[in-house]
Amino acid sequence: MNKAKIATTWLDGCSGCHMSFLDMDERLADLAERIELVYSPLVDHKEFPEGVDVAIVEGAVATNEDVEKIHKIRKRSKVLVALGDCAVAGNVPSMRNPLKLAEVCDRAYKENAQLQQQMPTKLLPRLLPQVKPVHEVVKVDVFVPGCPPPADAIFFVVSELLAGRVPDTSAVTRFGK
Amino acid sequence: MTSGAKVLTFKIDGRDVSSREDETILEVARENGIAIPTLCYLRGLTPVGACRMCLVEIVGSPKLLPACVTRPQEGMQVVTQSERLMRYRRLIVELLFTEGNHICSVCVSNGNCELQALAQSLGLDHIHLPYRYPRLSVDMSHQLFRLDQNRCVLCARCVRVCDEIEGAHTWDIKGRGIEAEIVADLDTPWGDSDTCTRCGKCVHVCPTGALTEKGTAVAEMTKRRDFLPYLSLMRKEAHE
Repeated sequence: MNKAKIATTWLDGCSGCHMSFLDMDERLADLAERIELVYSPLVDHKEFPEGVDVAIVEGAVATNEDVEKIHKIRKRSKVLVALGDCAVAGNVPSMRNPLKLAEVCDRAYKENAQLQQQMPTKLLPRLLPQVKPVHEVVKVDVFVPGCPPPADAIFFVVSELLAGRVPDTSAVTRFGK
Repeated sequence: MTSGAKVLTFKIDGRDVSSREDETILEVARENGIAIPTLCYLRGLTPVGACRMCLVEIVGSPKLLPACVTRPQEGMQVVTQSERLMRYRRLIVELLFTEGNHICSVCVSNGNCELQALAQSLGLDHIHLPYRYPRLSVDMSHQLFRLDQNRCVLCARCVRVCDEIEGAHTWDIKGRGIEAEIVADLDTPWGDSDTCTRCGKCVHVCPTGALTEKGTAVAEMTKRRDFLPYLSLMRKEAHE
């Protein structure tokens, strides 16, 4: 039997959804027999591969780097799952959206900084004016709200997708769960 | 009591039901265990038909009517569930989510919120409309309570309970349309209000995390509503 190629990634999130993914505990062993984890912060692949069956994305789109990543993920994946409230609805990262980006940056890097009161100009990706949920940037196939979605909900979603069905998540999770 | 009222028979979702002519379609539906979603409606307060969640179809009429303020007529056929109604109900909840800043995961009312529960019961797993991200205030001036405009859905339950039950009329709505906001005493900080009796009724009828008790952290703000039917009944009897 061909194993389904699964990839997971995080954009602007806290990694809590991935922790919840790991919370599937012994069910991960069952899943491991049916899936191949081809890319993930939990493993060591450097480049998001081609031909992914299911891409599971945690986090909102907050930087130019996130935009590039999510377009590449969409292009290379059959099914894209938005995992958790940040990916689905913006959630905590989007709480800066009512404010101007310059105000947010001044607060973080100048007002509250003890030393080197300046905006970083190297290495860090550029922040977008507003944080977006994933579906405002690329097409999303499955939405799994929750902060984080419970491990049971993630297991349900992955199992349904492996069985070739589109999961209805409203019975297993909700915004803020 | 209203024993002189005429009795009507009509149909809800194909079921024969009977009611007094002074009841609303929503009341009759609930008496018969037929669920119609609501948001601004709360038993014990005057219904206002503001949120449009309880819209129903009447066979033979092109208009959708709010069940909370519509009286049945003899022989009327009411439909409470249809693809069209579900579409509108979902759209209303989606618009409410985009209009304010409803971040469930960090809200004191997480898990005890009617907006959140409605979204789940309607199967809303994401909001397909763009969010507005308005810049709204949080009024922390009151000693006991807080007002977070980010979470307000303008149901006006607070306005009604304060006026009709407490008799203080501290709350009102200022502005029109997208600018509308609840205000205390002609738009003064809540803590400076001369009329607020600090009874907390507004806090406990609020469907979301807009009006809450201070000192509650995420998911800790549960609402107690038991007082409302008793108090409203006592008021009604006192008037009769």
